[in-house]
Amino acid sequence: MSMPTYLGMPPFPDAAREAVADTRLRRNLARATGTIRERRAAAVAELADWDELRECAKQIKDHTLGHLGHYLRMLEERVTAAGGVVHWARDAAEANAIVTRLVRETGETEVVKVKSMATQEIGLNEALAEAGIAAVETDLAELIVQLGDDRPSHLLVPAIHRNRAEIREIFRRAMPSAPADLTDDPAALAEAARRHLRARFLAARVAVSGANFAVAETGTVLVVESEGNGRMCLTLPETLITVMGIEKVLPTARDLEVFLQVLPRSSTAERMNPYTSAWTGVTPGDGPRAFHLVLLDNGRTATLADAVGRQALRCIRCSACLNVCPVYARAGGHAYGSPYPGPIGAILSPQLRGLGSDVDASLPFASSLCGACYEVCPVAIDIPEVLVHLRGKAPKKPSERLAMGLAGAALASPRRLAAAQFAAGRSRRAVRRLRAPRAWTDTRDVPVPPAQSFRAWWKANRDRT
Amino acid sequence: MTGPDAPGGPDPATARDDILGRLGAPDDSVAEAYGAIRREYLRRHSEGDVRALFAERVAHYRAVVHTVTEARLPGALAAALRPGAYVLAPGLPAAWAAAIPPDRRAADGAELDAVAGVVTGCAAAIAETGTIVLDHGAGQGRRALTLVPDHHLVVVPADRIAADVPEALARLDVTRPLTFVSGPSATSDIELTRVEGVHGPRSLEVFVL
Repeated sequence: MSMPTYLGMPPFPDAAREAVADTRLRRNLARATGTIRERRAAAVAELADWDELRECAKQIKDHTLGHLGHYLRMLEERVTAAGGVVHWARDAAEANAIVTRLVRETGETEVVKVKSMATQEIGLNEALAEAGIAAVETDLAELIVQLGDDRPSHLLVPAIHRNRAEIREIFRRAMPSAPADLTDDPAALAEAARRHLRARFLAARVAVSGANFAVAETGTVLVVESEGNGRMCLTLPETLITVMGIEKVLPTARDLEVFLQVLPRSSTAERMNPYTSAWTGVTPGDGPRAFHLVLLDNGRTATLADAVGRQALRCIRCSACLNVCPVYARAGGHAYGSPYPGPIGAILSPQLRGLGSDVDASLPFASSLCGACYEVCPVAIDIPEVLVHLRGKAPKKPSERLAMGLAGAALASPRRLAAAQFAAGRSRRAVRRLRAPRAWTDTRDVPVPPAQSFRAWWKANRDRT
Repeated sequence: MTGPDAPGGPDPATARDDILGRLGAPDDSVAEAYGAIRREYLRRHSEGDVRALFAERVAHYRAVVHTVTEARLPGALAAALRPGAYVLAPGLPAAWAAAIPPDRRAADGAELDAVAGVVTGCAAAIAETGTIVLDHGAGQGRRALTLVPDHHLVVVPADRIAADVPEALARLDVTRPLTFVSGPSATSDIELTRVEGVHGPRSLEVFVL
């Protein structure tokens, strides 16, 4: 499918083994996720009706997904009526072609960008670069990733794998305006980013954003952010191009009262994030004069067709599931081989991309099924349920298929089961010496079959009672 | 057929029809199903003095908060000015800005990156979350005005303060451009530690009437 698998990405266990051995990475991750975990719990505990908000958020999303065509038609109509232009893209290539054409039509060769998962998913920056258009990431963490020639490793904090000292080094190396005496104080680093980007914001004529929500009833699009780089991109340029997954639509403005409560507390553990912008088409004399909304499918309608897996499309990208996941905290985001890491990535990537590649086929197994992700999810996605469902669909190794086939044949008939149990009882000595399934025997003892099965014992002894 | 995205690009009509085609035909049950969504959450989380709660919550974000009477507001605004000129949002009540000397006022068309700050009112505020909502109508200015300058002085009349998010949204027209502001610009991107002041105004000073 057309969400890029990072080039040469090994399956999850191989990538994770490398990451787990990196003690600095593990320390950075443990500190950051530990902090946010406690703060999220406090922010959520403050609302006595959290369970009711969560249930309602889930119901609104399920309702919308069940009538998605209806709401997308309505959104298109209202955005158009408000002076925007709506485009439809079946996959990444189509979306990239549309955005590239729109930027070319403005004659510009540089665009400023607000952090957006959808544009990462389609590999927009790379597509624009091929067309000779530079995309400047303006979110601080995205900037750290871009300047460090790195990959994002967290939905909300893409540079979570970097500590302050590493960030200072990246800025010193790649940011020409960074002062020579730059310290690793987060405030000084933020100040350096402010200076670096200010001139670009003021000169930018085209911006590209994602969207957190879009209201079908009014054609209103919303971006939730912290730094103000989003406001800069959404307000100052003449042309705004927003790329949005089709599952982001909400029926009415009233629904925002639920999501503007659950999203900030789940993601940054704040009562409210510093800035949320809402706009409806174009407003004369205020903000961009041209607004384009690109509605992206890229595997979403296919995901929607799976009755168990479709709940992944409720996701509002808060990243609470990453911060509580014991596997993510140790393996880090890169091992997931996709812009969507962590538990949600493990169910989203294989559905959007299909289970064809090694990394995607391995993702449903990148979990201990502890259930912490489900518990914190503000839209109640039962991630363990989808993981198990996808495990069933994942392609199996020939040896596993053979073993399961034999087990199935034996269990299907009492006579064959008895014969298999008899054979197992006779091979006790051989099993004790067995070294073959290394992944199992390295950490566990192989259970030795009993000399006599219960069924055989019962047959021999039932007359004695 | 070649659409505007050709050559080599997608045919837009086909993409739209394809996606909508996969989502099934429109049905009449939507409104009824939407109405059946259970909304058992609270309309507000705190009872009592919304003004005091708002002042406490907005201060939590390290905004500077002044609770003043209407009579003392002009003096308080003038005293808060830092060196440099300030833009007064078009439509700001003249009485509020009465004590700001003419030579400290910048024209609305001024180079925004060069002014010290901006003085505005607001459309609504949310006590529970310490949020100020601008709808960029009278007394608030276009969006860039409260974004580029570094110091934002905002006046919040008590009757504009809603107890909680649902009540505030009900008061707003979402088809206007809206900006929800909760404290000064901030980031948590470095080790998930909050730092105030990135691209938006680094100082938010709130005058609650």
